[in-house]
Amino acid sequence: MVEQGTFRVKSGLAEMLKGGVIMDVTTPEQAKIAEEAGACAVMALERVPADIRAAGGVARMADPTIVARIQDAVTIPVMAKARIGHFVEAQILEALGVDYIDESEVLTPADDQYHIDKWAFKVPFVCGAKNLGEALRRIGEGAAMIRTKGEPGTGNVVEAVKHMRTVMGEIRRLQNLPKEELMTAAKNMSAPYDLVVYVAKEGKLPVVNFAAGGIATPADAALMMQLGVDGVFVGSGIFKSNDPAARAKAIVAATTHYNDPKVLAEVSRDLGEAMPGIEISTLPAEQRMQERGW
Amino acid sequence: MKIGVLALQGAFREHRVALEKCGCEVVEVRKAEHLDGLAGLVLPGGESTTIGKLLNDFILLEPIRTLGLQGMPIFATCAGLIVLAKDIEGSQQPRLGLLDAQVRRNAFGRQVDSFEIDLPVAKFSGKTIRSVFIRAPYILKIYEGVEILASHEDKIVMVEQGNLLATAFHPELTDDLTLHQYFVSKCSEYVSSAR
Repeated sequence: MVEQGTFRVKSGLAEMLKGGVIMDVTTPEQAKIAEEAGACAVMALERVPADIRAAGGVARMADPTIVARIQDAVTIPVMAKARIGHFVEAQILEALGVDYIDESEVLTPADDQYHIDKWAFKVPFVCGAKNLGEALRRIGEGAAMIRTKGEPGTGNVVEAVKHMRTVMGEIRRLQNLPKEELMTAAKNMSAPYDLVVYVAKEGKLPVVNFAAGGIATPADAALMMQLGVDGVFVGSGIFKSNDPAARAKAIVAATTHYNDPKVLAEVSRDLGEAMPGIEISTLPAEQRMQERGW
Repeated sequence: MKIGVLALQGAFREHRVALEKCGCEVVEVRKAEHLDGLAGLVLPGGESTTIGKLLNDFILLEPIRTLGLQGMPIFATCAGLIVLAKDIEGSQQPRLGLLDAQVRRNAFGRQVDSFEIDLPVAKFSGKTIRSVFIRAPYILKIYEGVEILASHEDKIVMVEQGNLLATAFHPELTDDLTLHQYFVSKCSEYVSSAR
């Protein structure tokens, strides 16, 4: 019997994206540049995070026309973002046939307490996390892929590093706990017990984990890979730089050869200006997207 | 026995685990120098356009093609099948072009159409193999010398041509080692015949 939308099929696509770069694009032309540079998927958006940040106001799902035009332009998987808790935006994106939905803090949350029940969908979801408890709550809700939140649209990798180190540190801690302490650990991190037991035993998340939020250079991508992520999302970092095609290609190469400093040195040359960055301490608390999500 | 897994992008870790369970030493292949002394090579699933570009940029196409023509066993899954094939419908993307077949990319549709199924394979005495198809290709046409090992709804999804073994699905996403064991047996034959 043919079975569709199983967790293996959903998380399986994320497995295929590993070692790759997923790029934010807002037009079919940008999508083609990304595909040509070797992106393993694109994220179809109306505006990249840096512009969402600059515009302020309420950020919502992209117009379906933009998503559809990008789907027509490339053969690689196309992802799109829905607001946290906005299950109707997710239904619309599923009806459009997007390959992955990002329930994303980059958009303005539509629900101040609850995320989408992702088990209810055939299309897989990726969600952001700052720590292990948050990652396991999202997986408990049905997310088939996790990414660090970082701080989107800043071109500053420090928050993504912090979130990755936090998750890895918490995994190592769980691995060292005796079994009788796992229930209390689950309680303390507000995470489903069975997933806490899984992580304690296996020493890793049950799904693929990417880096996102502030990656702007090939070295940033390789840094995140060496810290143990499975691949990277680059949002504003490519199309807010002054030579997107060259930078995109260099970040793809750096993600594959993350452990080879000679290759990294070679691909990092002559890329022109990176996107302008934002120092995190200058961002008022209410403008930090990573605090969205529960 | 040392088997390589192309590790440019995609699900290479799962193949590594499966091959290690079969008792092999596994080398992740990112540069031509990693191909030295291999008994076989796995081309994993991933994005075929990405893998093709990186094969081209890091000068791996010709060295792998040469080894394939010399008879080194190659096991290609999903995107690997696309990279291995001679013809890709409607695409000029870089490829090895070793397998005498024409493939269609994303042939079963988008991710919401992805599926898993028990697939009977006559070659393994009709044993069913749990097969996971993710935005999978299938084989439109085979040319001379290619044997069909399995089909799903009349679409060719597994073939063998001498030293080449290819599937449209992902045996590395299940615990069933049948295909990896079969591939490893081809690799040992290759090693003993080369001696």
